[in-house]
Amino acid sequence: MAWTREEMAQRAAKELRDGYYVNLGIGIPTMVANYIPDGMRVTLHSENGMLGTGPFPYEGEEDPDLINAGKQTVSELPSSVYFDSATSFAMIRGGHINLAILGALQVSEAGDLANWMIPGKMVKGMGGAMDLVAGVQRIVVIMDHNAKDGEAKLVKECSLPLTGVGVVNLIITELGVFEFREGKLHLIELAPNVLAGEVRSRTDAKFIDDLK
Amino acid sequence: MVKAVYPKVYQDAESALDDVLHDGMIIVAGGFGLCGIPEHCIAAIKKSKVTGLTIISNNCGVDDFGLGLLLHDRQIKKMISSYVGENKTFERQYLNGELQIEFNPQGTLAERIRAGGAGIPAFYTKTGVGTIVAQNKESREFLGETYIMETALVAELAIVKAWKGDKEGNLVFRKTSRNFNAPAAMAGKITVAEVEELVEPGELDPDLIHTPGIFVQRIFQGHKFEKRIEVRTTRSRAADKSTTY
Repeated sequence: MAWTREEMAQRAAKELRDGYYVNLGIGIPTMVANYIPDGMRVTLHSENGMLGTGPFPYEGEEDPDLINAGKQTVSELPSSVYFDSATSFAMIRGGHINLAILGALQVSEAGDLANWMIPGKMVKGMGGAMDLVAGVQRIVVIMDHNAKDGEAKLVKECSLPLTGVGVVNLIITELGVFEFREGKLHLIELAPNVLAGEVRSRTDAKFIDDLK
Repeated sequence: MVKAVYPKVYQDAESALDDVLHDGMIIVAGGFGLCGIPEHCIAAIKKSKVTGLTIISNNCGVDDFGLGLLLHDRQIKKMISSYVGENKTFERQYLNGELQIEFNPQGTLAERIRAGGAGIPAFYTKTGVGTIVAQNKESREFLGETYIMETALVAELAIVKAWKGDKEGNLVFRKTSRNFNAPAAMAGKITVAEVEELVEPGELDPDLIHTPGIFVQRIFQGHKFEKRIEVRTTRSRAADKSTTY
């Protein structure tokens, strides 16, 4: 059976390393924090000005001055530290953050990412996504393999407005895992009971089969 | 006539903004979502009914709180922001062509504001290279990589919110309500700061001040902050790991 969202988040957590500073995007990427291995020190960065972002607070302990990039209330850890937005993006742009995990609308076979705008629909803005993909050392995408209407999201060339060019390193979908190596897309893992043929038929991007 | 620097302390937002506000002006506002927004200044701007405003702010509040309040009487002509998702009034005015939006990547916006306050007229960044953000902008290579040039933002007025401030205008922020308030405070020709607690000079530890008062021209203690939570999210006390984050 293809992976569930929780299993995709668990797979993404395997990309964490001890000592990493990590930025998790809104949605499924946020769930990755639930699967940080015990004993591994991972510091979560929130673009709005916090390192050491803690879990959601218990009811009654919400603090309006303490939110994450998705504007949800969060809590503090002993290691937490606060700073302003210019400093936050200096961390991002200056390559100080090891890993960012975000969602996508499309990823191209060249590693281009489109995840902020659908022309014709109300444009809400790019937020911090463009800075993240331009500056963070490693970019991991978690996304559904296909759009709701069945269209491929792993495409030859993105048709949607780009967030970044050649920025993606790893893609996790419910069907498996792809990695960019020397500018080329490789299929490196399949989810349980998923066949390579199904992946191929549901993917428009050219990729190299690197399954063992 | 040279304007006196002191006293910096004002009674309230109305008196601090009275001789500053005018139609068509450019204002930079601190805050991220509804966190750390200058509530009293926004209310005073709404009450003044000035229009044709260009507002530099990461977001535009929600329909009935924050900068969204200035949309009701169509006071905003243009927003310079990174994300304006949570606002039906905004969407309606934008789709009707009544409201302009210039989207900036969040980091570029923060740095444009900081640079404006710091006397840096332009800088280069990799953010947005190869995207529509790079259109019509100069680019240059450094060490074999392409960067685009972004220009500084300066505003006639900066409105910011801090947790504590003293009568010199020195500011201390609390937790994630710092966000854009610190760079915004630098970028206003006149910066008006509202604080939860206004103290005497000497009461704030000089090593722990976040924004030096040189950047702040006017300061007042807000009489009552709503401090609304935009997305109240909690976790269960039962040991359910999947809802922790």
